[in-house]
Amino acid sequence: MDPLEALVAQIQGLSSTPGDIARLHIILKQADDSLRAESTRLSPVLGQLAPSEHSLGFLYVLDAFTSGQISKQQAETSVPIITGFINACNAEQIRLAPEKCINLCYPIVLVCKRLKDQVMMLEAPIRGAGPLLTAARKLQLSTEHLTPLHSDFLMLCVLAKCYKTGLSILEDDIFEVDQPRDLFLYCYYGGMICIGLKRFQKALDLLHNVVTAPMSTLNAIAVEAYKKYILVSLIHHGQWQLSTSLPKYASSVAQRSLKNFCQPYIELASSYGTEKIAELEAYVQTNTEKFENDNNLGLVKQVVLSMYKRNIQRLTQTYLTLSLQDIANTVQLNSPKEAEMHVLQMIQDGEIYATINQRDGMVRFLEDPEQYKTCEMIENIDSSIQRIMALSRKLSAMDEQISCDQLYLSKVGRERQRYDFDDFDVPTKFNI
Amino acid sequence: MDADDETFAPITDEVGANGGDEQRSRRPIISGDHLDIEAYASLYSGRTKIMRLLFIADHSSDEKVGNPSMNLEALRMAYDEIKKGENTQLMREVAQKINGRLGPSYELDSAWCDAVDHRAEQKKEKLDNELNAYRTNLIKESIRMGYNDFGDFYYAHGQLGDAFKSYVRTRDYCTTSKHIVHMCMSVILVSIEMGQFTHVTSYVNKAEQAPDALDSITIAKLRCAAGLANLEAKKYKLAARKFLETNPELGSHYSEVIAPQDVATYGGLCALATFDRTELKSKVIDNLNFRNFLELVPEVRELINDFYSSHYASCLEYLGNLKANLLLDIHLHDHVETLYDQIRHKALIQYTLPFVSVDLSMMANAFKTTVAELQKELEALITDNQIQARIDSHNKILYARHADQRNATFQRVLETGREFDRDVRSMLLRSNLVKHDYNVRQFRKL
Repeated sequence: MDPLEALVAQIQGLSSTPGDIARLHIILKQADDSLRAESTRLSPVLGQLAPSEHSLGFLYVLDAFTSGQISKQQAETSVPIITGFINACNAEQIRLAPEKCINLCYPIVLVCKRLKDQVMMLEAPIRGAGPLLTAARKLQLSTEHLTPLHSDFLMLCVLAKCYKTGLSILEDDIFEVDQPRDLFLYCYYGGMICIGLKRFQKALDLLHNVVTAPMSTLNAIAVEAYKKYILVSLIHHGQWQLSTSLPKYASSVAQRSLKNFCQPYIELASSYGTEKIAELEAYVQTNTEKFENDNNLGLVKQVVLSMYKRNIQRLTQTYLTLSLQDIANTVQLNSPKEAEMHVLQMIQDGEIYATINQRDGMVRFLEDPEQYKTCEMIENIDSSIQRIMALSRKLSAMDEQISCDQLYLSKVGRERQRYDFDDFDVPTKFNI
Repeated sequence: MDADDETFAPITDEVGANGGDEQRSRRPIISGDHLDIEAYASLYSGRTKIMRLLFIADHSSDEKVGNPSMNLEALRMAYDEIKKGENTQLMREVAQKINGRLGPSYELDSAWCDAVDHRAEQKKEKLDNELNAYRTNLIKESIRMGYNDFGDFYYAHGQLGDAFKSYVRTRDYCTTSKHIVHMCMSVILVSIEMGQFTHVTSYVNKAEQAPDALDSITIAKLRCAAGLANLEAKKYKLAARKFLETNPELGSHYSEVIAPQDVATYGGLCALATFDRTELKSKVIDNLNFRNFLELVPEVRELINDFYSSHYASCLEYLGNLKANLLLDIHLHDHVETLYDQIRHKALIQYTLPFVSVDLSMMANAFKTTVAELQKELEALITDNQIQARIDSHNKILYARHADQRNATFQRVLETGREFDRDVRSMLLRSNLVKHDYNVRQFRKL
């Protein structure tokens, strides 16, 4: 019998119980090479298999089918097949991983990566976003688990500019990571999505994670993330200091070398610190090309805008009422009209509380009306408390887990003193 | 009834006027005159007199207040003083500065210089021989005297570094605490002349540890020296405290360093710039000892009293009049601006403290400035968080503003919670990464 047809029959037969599936898995791994050899004949095979029941088999066949070079027309046909499969497949079956390599390259990940490439080739990234989201959710062991698919998904979201879908996956906290590289990309793209949605605090958190992640050598992702980190710090906090920018737990490589690659941004930050808008704008003008090459020009323009806002906010601390003319003069704007527009914009965004009296040309600054007495506020505080208690529990659990860990104990055992304080007969090594 | 009316009306006037009108009786103590150099110089002796005169000469040429006659006068007096001593280096300097402007009797007298240098050589040899003799004999007291003489010799000739070293060497040969105190005083003198005030502080501490050998004059001298050191280190509060603790027996005993008028001025100004109201009252105004010093400089006394009784305009006027002369003082020169700013800021803050709302035009009147200027100054102070208030720029009123503790606490709590959340999450993530990396490495090793 044609080995291919035999394989198909086996797939169809052995896809029902977990024991059968395990056997099928072994068979498929052995048959992997022969499948790849026959990639041209595989499309009718795909038609014979049902994605939802025969997920594992379908997956291996699909993997072999898409492994070769694919042209644009072929991509047109294969994208819907892959999409359909992802939507219909069975989550447990696709998680079975080949044990031969440490890098845990699930076949599903390879398939999805190819989907991404094809979709990019077709120049329609949005077609890949939805399926990849489903795949990522299916591949995850829990919502705290990061898969390689996350970063690809976010990249497609950024390219397709559909930020809201990306945001949904960013809401989950990530604690388990398989591959550090995935984390870097995930946080970097996540940061970009948050910047797009103007959620600067979350963007800062994500970029901070990239920049302070343990790394033995500097990578380009970290450098780019650092540049954006500087800019978002300026927009959100209004200040950025080189000396305090990287906390002590950042890797030594990062602390030493990151700033060498981001010189224009550091100078921008120091120019921002002088609080002279004319200087800042002049600096931006001279260095427009550099910022543009890094695709950061839009962000830099937002930085300049944020300086006006910060100056106006400072005024609210010292004045109760101020004329629009004075505001324009202090903040170095060109006319009271511009000042009025800025103040209006800030009131609408909720960044300051004020009323504009157009007849006198005066602005009256008000106090923050939040009294912290409403039900919503109490619920907010309550949920924060719950959340933090859960985090604390998690932290203690992790601490316990590590102290029982074999590797940790063996290392600690080796480093212990020869003779302990109390007793004399302590073994010098923990041999487990 | 009438008596009450009479007392009420003048008080409100006084608050507004702040001591600016003509009828007040105790006014004519202003001295806007130029410094009387002879009187000033007579307060000092020794090297400091020369240094001070030179300082005046240098600074009176470029200061707005200066006039060429003061410059020449100072140089002339310096020349005369140097001639009485043995410092040829300074002689050359002064002669160069005079540049022949004072006539032929004030030119570089090379004959005198050579004679002095020659004498110095001889004396040095003699001292050297004596010291070696003493050292071979190992008589502690003589060695100590020998080094002391050396120190004095170097000091007289302007070689301050060597003088310092010589004095410090006597330390090993001091037997009684009196010797130690003597050594400390000499070192302090040289250090002040050199401008190395860290040594001054350490040696003052050393001297104060020998209480039995200290008479009150020495204690007063030590306090002054400590005060000067603190002043140079910009620790104005400590300096003020030291100067205020000086007892009036000092008199003119420390004229090689400081005059009692200086003690009053430095102490008064530093206290005014840094003390709060209670301290000012207890330590300065009610301080009987310090009162003796203040009598010597009535302007400073008046100015402190005015500040305390909130007559800011006259206080600031006295300050303005004193400024020109203070800028010619060798120790206070660098600190005048800072101290003046601090005093002015304190005045502004103290003015606004008792009120819920303040009319800016009245305040501007009290401080003899314009409303616009005043607004700028107040803005700076508010931004610095020294005044808790906000300005109503439309009606030109300053409103006191009290932070809402409850809201502030809520905000802080929420913010802390968010930060904790963020930090713990990233920490768990990072530890996971490290663990993974470690596992991978272990895995590879196995």
